[in-house]
Amino acid sequence: MAGAVESKASPQAGNISKVTSEQSSNEQSLDVDSQKLPSHLLSRINDPKDSYQNTHLPRSTLRFPKSPRPQLQSAATTAVSLTDIHTHSYQDGSRESFAAQAKSTHPSQFLKSFGSFQRLKDSGGSETDTASIGSCAPTLGPGGDVESLLGNVLGVSQESPELTSFSNQTESLDPFDSSFYKANDDLSSFDKEFDELADSSVFEGGEEQLLSLWKAKRKHFLILSSAGKPIYNRHGDDSLISGYVGVIQTIISFYEGSHDQLKGFTAAGSRFVIMSQGPLYLVAISKLGESDAQLRIQLEALYMQILSTLTLPVLSQLFSNRPSTDLRRPLQGTEPLLSALADTFTRGSSSTLLSALECLRIRKTHRQLINSTLLHKRSENLLYGLIVAGGRLVSVVRPRRHSLHPSDLQLIFNMLFEADGVKAGGGENWIPLCLPGFNKNGYLYMYVSFVPLEDMNQIGGNHGSDLLGKKDEVAVLLISAKKDSFYELRDMRDTVIEELEANGSMHVIASAVARGRPSTTDIIPGTVLRHFLYKSRAHVQLLSLYHSLHTSVHAKNSHLKVHHCVDREAISLAWATPLFEMYGVAGPSTSRNALAQSANKIVQWARREEERIFIVGGAVSSSTLKAPDLGSEIW
Amino acid sequence: MAETTAAPPKPSSSVKLVLLGEAAVGKSSLVLRFVNNDFQENKEPTIGAAFLTQKCNLPHRTIKFEIWDTAGQERFASLAPMYYRNAQSALVVYDLTKPTSLVKARHWVAELQRQASPGIVIALVGNKLDLTNEQSTEDPAIHGDDEGSTTETAEAESDGDARKISTKEGREYAEEEGLLFFETSAKSGVNVQEVFTAIANAIPETQMKGARGAGAAGGTQTALGAGTERVNLTGPRGEVGAKEGCAC
Repeated sequence: MAGAVESKASPQAGNISKVTSEQSSNEQSLDVDSQKLPSHLLSRINDPKDSYQNTHLPRSTLRFPKSPRPQLQSAATTAVSLTDIHTHSYQDGSRESFAAQAKSTHPSQFLKSFGSFQRLKDSGGSETDTASIGSCAPTLGPGGDVESLLGNVLGVSQESPELTSFSNQTESLDPFDSSFYKANDDLSSFDKEFDELADSSVFEGGEEQLLSLWKAKRKHFLILSSAGKPIYNRHGDDSLISGYVGVIQTIISFYEGSHDQLKGFTAAGSRFVIMSQGPLYLVAISKLGESDAQLRIQLEALYMQILSTLTLPVLSQLFSNRPSTDLRRPLQGTEPLLSALADTFTRGSSSTLLSALECLRIRKTHRQLINSTLLHKRSENLLYGLIVAGGRLVSVVRPRRHSLHPSDLQLIFNMLFEADGVKAGGGENWIPLCLPGFNKNGYLYMYVSFVPLEDMNQIGGNHGSDLLGKKDEVAVLLISAKKDSFYELRDMRDTVIEELEANGSMHVIASAVARGRPSTTDIIPGTVLRHFLYKSRAHVQLLSLYHSLHTSVHAKNSHLKVHHCVDREAISLAWATPLFEMYGVAGPSTSRNALAQSANKIVQWARREEERIFIVGGAVSSSTLKAPDLGSEIW
Repeated sequence: MAETTAAPPKPSSSVKLVLLGEAAVGKSSLVLRFVNNDFQENKEPTIGAAFLTQKCNLPHRTIKFEIWDTAGQERFASLAPMYYRNAQSALVVYDLTKPTSLVKARHWVAELQRQASPGIVIALVGNKLDLTNEQSTEDPAIHGDDEGSTTETAEAESDGDARKISTKEGREYAEEEGLLFFETSAKSGVNVQEVFTAIANAIPETQMKGARGAGAAGGTQTALGAGTERVNLTGPRGEVGAKEGCAC
């Protein structure tokens, strides 16, 4: 089963960045805090001018020194090609310029100009134009066509000499490193990323300003039908984006028309990644420097959410009946779920990055007791039963030969803990949903009940109830294929909770939640590591993250097993083996030896504690599935 | 409703209530106001359905509402029978500022009359009264049982008044179909408690099922029996009832 653990930042880390101090003060939000900032950005917060990055291999100290090719990962080779100012000339002679990679600009100024696309009245010629469109999609057709299409998107003239710079950039671009164009961004205004844009009809500042706000968003997700109908967009309303949707649809179908699939391109510092899923196009536009593979995983998750709402047969049928179907209507009410997913991705999520989930760390015997309680009290029509506390998985009961797919769990967790739709209402919930990883053709029904942990503190003695925020509740999720089994599962909830309280498990859970994540120094006294992620491959599990490290280790042609990255703010390490993946960050003055030793210790710890940290197998019920248990095609 | 402490425990019975209506008319907000006396701006849409309970004290008995708050989106419509089947009462909600929502409400009323239990008590509720400029001159006698209440207030003036469906229109339709009628604001709380109290009062004694606690013996066995025929869920539900009875 999936599960993950993440370390608390070490309080001993000493002179460390803002991010790290947040980590040590609040372990609940640690995940979010650190991952707002993809790791390669961590180092850049205080100094956007800094762009050096070195790659080393600590051969001597780590145990898997497989011949790496660190030179492929070097950011330095690509970061150099950045230009300070991008200027686009318009056909009307006016020009628009913006700082895309302002090496010499102070962060705040830089951001202002970055965000607001100031149009400058400038009659100068085109000789100052510099690269603004680059693409690493090897499938690109004749440059001129791309040029004109993109020109529409960006309001860029067709006749500027971008063609040459475009091809230059294609050559110089390291296909493994898509993070370079974000290298100098700073994140001082990141908190505005999630502010809602006003409705364009009521916004006072006029469309221009609204558009600039829209453009200032670092990440966009668009979903449209292949007929060009908008389905979902993270920011902005219809009238604001309809033009862009049209252009994007044109670009995509242009390639489709020539039996070629457009997978992604780069324009003006933004990476566009396109995924085509049956009748849908999903587009991610990011200035955050994630790799194509990572963006693709995010798009996949959004697609899964759509399937979860509709199921594949319904989706296909809607479009085969009427290709111009407006999918917004059947999807009505799903937008908050999509946006919650999108924002999780923008903030950064270790679970998404590593396709794994975090488990609550409790003793093996305690977990077994909870598992057996679930199993013992299991009602007839139960398919999956889950207990989740503090957003972390505690226990799972599942049918033989069916594990719960991490992407399904991600959808469920997103629905329950990121979007407010379910929790805010209070009470119990009965939710029809499709779990695409389990069966994308049918609906299942999920019983959800939140049991506040305060009650348990009263029962099981007091255990730091101050620490338990309101969100620390035990969620009981019971999934069945029978749509009328609500009352049956409700009964099961009652008996399970009763039993867990009687046998002390609730107390165990409450104190585990209150304890939070272990600090790195709890695990290894005196370690140099500040924060780490560990993923057990066998159980699809992890202990903590970092985007660029992940990109490096997982770059397609790389056989890299250990990646060591040094820069001014931190030293980071990624280590991948067939058994696990581990990512760690330490202070800037740490020696590689110390880091490697710590990494070894973490791995030893994780293995030793495996059954506490991870849910190994979960409780398996003896029943085997029959066809109707797979979910009904109609409600 | 101050008599909760009266010496002999009042007979208590549970009433299943289902909320139906177009998306975003305020069904969940009405329930939240009734159950928690709370209101949330920009509440996210309900997914599937939520199940909540709340007691309503009447002078001579206590009603425990078992409320099914359903999602209004079109795709959930086919699930509705599961929730209104053997419900004794229904709240059909529309948005006073949105004409299409009354069309949808009429559709639900028709479906309930066709397919729900014959004796079901239906209340038609026009929500978002706070968006009309009536709320200041609020007239507590707006609800529909007593005739003669003043209704034409808001129609004439239209300064800042988002009302699109007149009280008269709603009331006349409700009278035609024999429904209780209220205009409410979940935001300000106007008339919310009244709706549920009126429903509790309108449910005939014989429709009560699953009497609990001290008054358990009562003449409610027949109704419970009738429930058994209709639903195959009765087994588990009976148990639930018993347990809850002990708890409260």
